[in-house]
Amino acid sequence: MNDKVASCSDLKEEFRGRQAKIAPVNSRIAKLRDQTVRKEPEITPERAVLVTEFYRDNDLTDVSSPVTRALALKHIMENKELSLQPGELIIGDRGPEPKLVPTFPEICTHSPEDLEVLDTREKNPYRVDSETKDIYDKEIIPFWKGKTMRERVFETTSDEWQAAYNAGVFTEFMEQRSPGHTVLGDKIYRKGFLDIIDDIEESKTNLSPDDPNYQAKTEELKGMKIAAEALISYSERYADKLEQEVLTEKDEKRKRELKRMAEICRRVPARPPRTFWEALQYYWLVHVGVITETNPWDAFNPGRLDQHLYPFYKKGLKDGSLTEQRAKELLQAFWIKFHNQPAPPKVGVTSQESNTYSDFAKINVGGVTKDGEDAVNDLTYLILDVVESMRLIQPNFMVQVSKKNPDRYLKRALEVVESGFGQPAIFNAESIIKQLLRQGKSIEDARRGGCSGCVETGAFGRESYILTGYFNMPKVLELTLHNGIDPAKGGRIGISTKDFSSFSSFDEFFEAYEKQLNHFLDIKIEANKKIQKLYAEHLPSPFLSLLIDDCIDNATDYNAGGARYDTSYIQGVGLGTMADALTSIKFNVFDRDNFSLPELVDALDDDFQDREEMLSRINDYTPKYGNDLDYADDLMERTFEAFFEGVDGRPNGRGGTHRVNMLPTTVHIYFGEKCGALPDGRRAGRPLSEGISPVQGADNRGPTAVFKSVGKLDHAKTGGTLLNQKLTPDLLSGDKEKTKLAQLIRAFFRMGSHHVQFNVIGADLLRKAQENPEEYQNLIVRVAGYSDYFVNLTEGLQDELIARTEQRSF
Amino acid sequence: MTEGVIFDVKRYAIHDGPGIRTTVFFKGCPLNCQWCHNPESINPEPEQSLDYRDPFRLNPFSKDNSNLIGEEVSVEAVMEEILKDMIYYEESEGGVTFSGGEPLAQIDFLESLLERCQEEEIHTALDTSGLAPEESIDRIIDLVDLFLFDLKLVNEDSHKKYTGTGNKTILENFQLLRERNPEIELRFPLIPGITDTKENVQGIKKLIRKRSGLSRISILPFHDVEKKYSNLGRDFDLAGVEPPKEKDIRDISDEFEKMGIKVEVGG
Ligand code: SF4
Repeated sequence: MNDKVASCSDLKEEFRGRQAKIAPVNSRIAKLRDQTVRKEPEITPERAVLVTEFYRDNDLTDVSSPVTRALALKHIMENKELSLQPGELIIGDRGPEPKLVPTFPEICTHSPEDLEVLDTREKNPYRVDSETKDIYDKEIIPFWKGKTMRERVFETTSDEWQAAYNAGVFTEFMEQRSPGHTVLGDKIYRKGFLDIIDDIEESKTNLSPDDPNYQAKTEELKGMKIAAEALISYSERYADKLEQEVLTEKDEKRKRELKRMAEICRRVPARPPRTFWEALQYYWLVHVGVITETNPWDAFNPGRLDQHLYPFYKKGLKDGSLTEQRAKELLQAFWIKFHNQPAPPKVGVTSQESNTYSDFAKINVGGVTKDGEDAVNDLTYLILDVVESMRLIQPNFMVQVSKKNPDRYLKRALEVVESGFGQPAIFNAESIIKQLLRQGKSIEDARRGGCSGCVETGAFGRESYILTGYFNMPKVLELTLHNGIDPAKGGRIGISTKDFSSFSSFDEFFEAYEKQLNHFLDIKIEANKKIQKLYAEHLPSPFLSLLIDDCIDNATDYNAGGARYDTSYIQGVGLGTMADALTSIKFNVFDRDNFSLPELVDALDDDFQDREEMLSRINDYTPKYGNDLDYADDLMERTFEAFFEGVDGRPNGRGGTHRVNMLPTTVHIYFGEKCGALPDGRRAGRPLSEGISPVQGADNRGPTAVFKSVGKLDHAKTGGTLLNQKLTPDLLSGDKEKTKLAQLIRAFFRMGSHHVQFNVIGADLLRKAQENPEEYQNLIVRVAGYSDYFVNLTEGLQDELIARTEQRSF
Repeated sequence: MTEGVIFDVKRYAIHDGPGIRTTVFFKGCPLNCQWCHNPESINPEPEQSLDYRDPFRLNPFSKDNSNLIGEEVSVEAVMEEILKDMIYYEESEGGVTFSGGEPLAQIDFLESLLERCQEEEIHTALDTSGLAPEESIDRIIDLVDLFLFDLKLVNEDSHKKYTGTGNKTILENFQLLRERNPEIELRFPLIPGITDTKENVQGIKKLIRKRSGLSRISILPFHDVEKKYSNLGRDFDLAGVEPPKEKDIRDISDEFEKMGIKVEVGG
């Protein structure tokens, strides 16, 4: 009992210590921040009611889908409540108030049971009041029954697909979220929506009646124009409201502020922004538009914020209309807006694969300009200050690190990492560019790109890059070992390759795995195409299409292949588990004759019950991925190549291409639950490895070895990879430590790697790690003149380290 | 082919010299310091420990005995491990550090390794107690880029009492090195009640003053490593001794700093 109290206060001490270094925010921001952090997410029926009303009360039989969708958006934007918080500088929320989360019944109608689960679940609940439940029962559910995208998606898939989906071979991103996964470029900083409407008109005049799609294109452009007007009216409504507020506001300072905000809302989005504030407000209105039109995954995102805003920042400082302090305050207010919009409530498998409130809007800074020059500027540093001062889980934040960026920048980013909340993630700008070039993007578009969501690479403002689902590679391995039969349920879901007793070499075994893999990839890709067509047909996004080049010029929707580049991703999961499992088979069965394949499969089916000796062989005496041992790392590469070959270059349903990336969000837990014991010694139901990280605890030779192993993967062939590393605070506590960590990262990036993310761990966690070592296997600590894994240390040394960490001046 | 006994190779060693380094720990030491943080380094032979050892640390496919500390390995096996982190040395201007135990106690092995490192253009540091024949130092002095020289106790009797040997040769070698003028960093273990006394600190200051030009001094504060000893079935003489207080460390580092020497704590 006492222990717990002590460790709690230690944690506070430590964080207080770290936060003391951070500049405090002013009282306005502190209040807004406090409000958003405290408020529990709640479901609002507002949007569901408005959209249902619209579809119910209008005769839409002869109206095309882009026009229908645009009119629905217009109806919402003209009728939704306008929230305005005391002291707010940037306005606009997805719901009627911050943290009120709307639903999208036309895509996924929550059942009464769904609402109950959301309301009562232990992790990430969304409160649902009885009035909302009532509205759902009476109005929403009856109207949408049989008409939702979710129902259409599941209806369109084959029996084979359903069997694989239910067995946990893959997931489906579009079953309750619309395609999105994209990021805004620099368009809105140059053009107002009136200019965009001009572009629409121009595209219309360019249309030829001979075009076989003339009708569809005309309708699409019509829809786009209505969608553009919808946002302008939303902003005008805000201007009216703000002007009203000015009349009743007593405080002179706030009065002036409200007046200025009203002027801004009259200006943007109709016309291009002139100031820093206008630019931020403009983006935010656009953001609200995108996340109200549908519920795209990864919300929306301004992308390269320091590049877009820098001209406004510089100009404001020069003409005296802006100060550094004011810019910071506006950015902090902007940060809070993201935090006010939790992810739309996910249910079923989707909530298991992405179990978080975060909606993955990821802001990028740094990297290079479109001409390939160092893009870091004063605003980059200011934004890093903002991130450090806000400590919010949303927006997600990352730094692009290029060879051309100064060390000071990377070290400043590491200081923010040191403050201990996992931000920023660190990305390799050169790797991003290489990936985009390999996929056929122009060099300028590649340099203007970045990463969104978790680690997904894209050509910002110009690409539709849609994640279609996670793919469980270890499940395919399990099915290969069982000749296509799912040991969990006993039924056949894969193809019959070969009985396990008859493999005479590892290569022969791997060939069987590849056959099984391609079988499931074919199923997934075929369904992807159908699902993409469903969205193109029934749920176009004319509003999002305004923002991404070249949808307007092509007079084609974002969901129908209108973007300049069009990519569908399948995300490979369990790479580390695969590497170790295959290594175990190759090493123990084929190279060493430690046991036979039938013996191994037998043990797997018994979840290694009474197989102590076999487990010890596997755990203690078999090479593992993540230790810079080629034997195991080669099999990681081979696993990746097989997956890559099965996916890359295959057409999607919109004239684009399938590609791979390697990230898990939280699906490695769910996929793990779907897998029995595996040849790497992992017991049934335990989590798989995450991202491209080695199996939890299997990498025990320090960060240089992990980075070398991970660097052997051909990152350029992916659209993003994810690596997690845990560090103790003293590994980056001093300037010297930070410099060396920065050098470690630079070397890692020289190998062509894509991303790394650090967790910084304090004394309280070290204590917990000591109590539950199996959960903290790859926690790295500095010992005496070297760094090592905490769990590898003797108890005495651990005790000593815990004590030392508290004396942070060491 | 030259072989030697080492007991560990640590990668991402960031406190054993400049940049990111790989530290190779030699087994066997002519001293027997009561506070030794690596008690497994003293005995020159491989020995059993109760601790689990990673069997793939050096030779992935050699043997299954995971409890043996120390292994006889070839120069090439060690080089293979060192070369793995080349890209990090390049990026950080780091390199390799030979530590122990006492690397000079295996002079043939050490010399071969240093020559190979020179061929590969890897920066080398040698962490030494200074207790070795003059010829040994002669053989390697031009192959080492940085000496990490341990100075513990100035008083010969105390030195004998706490480390098992006198310090005459050590001090002579220190002098010899200073005359030959390679880059030297002094390492000073701060052991409460033993090395942190006024006389000893004054003595060390005097030694340095006479021979100015050191690049820096590292203070290595004592910590409890009793478990390491018990795993080897040995007693730890300093069991229960508290680590030095933060303030004492600061006072001593201030004293050195006042002499114009760069001081670092930890290592
Ligand atoms: S000189 Fe170093 S390695 Fe040798 S016994 Fe003393 S402390 Fe241990």
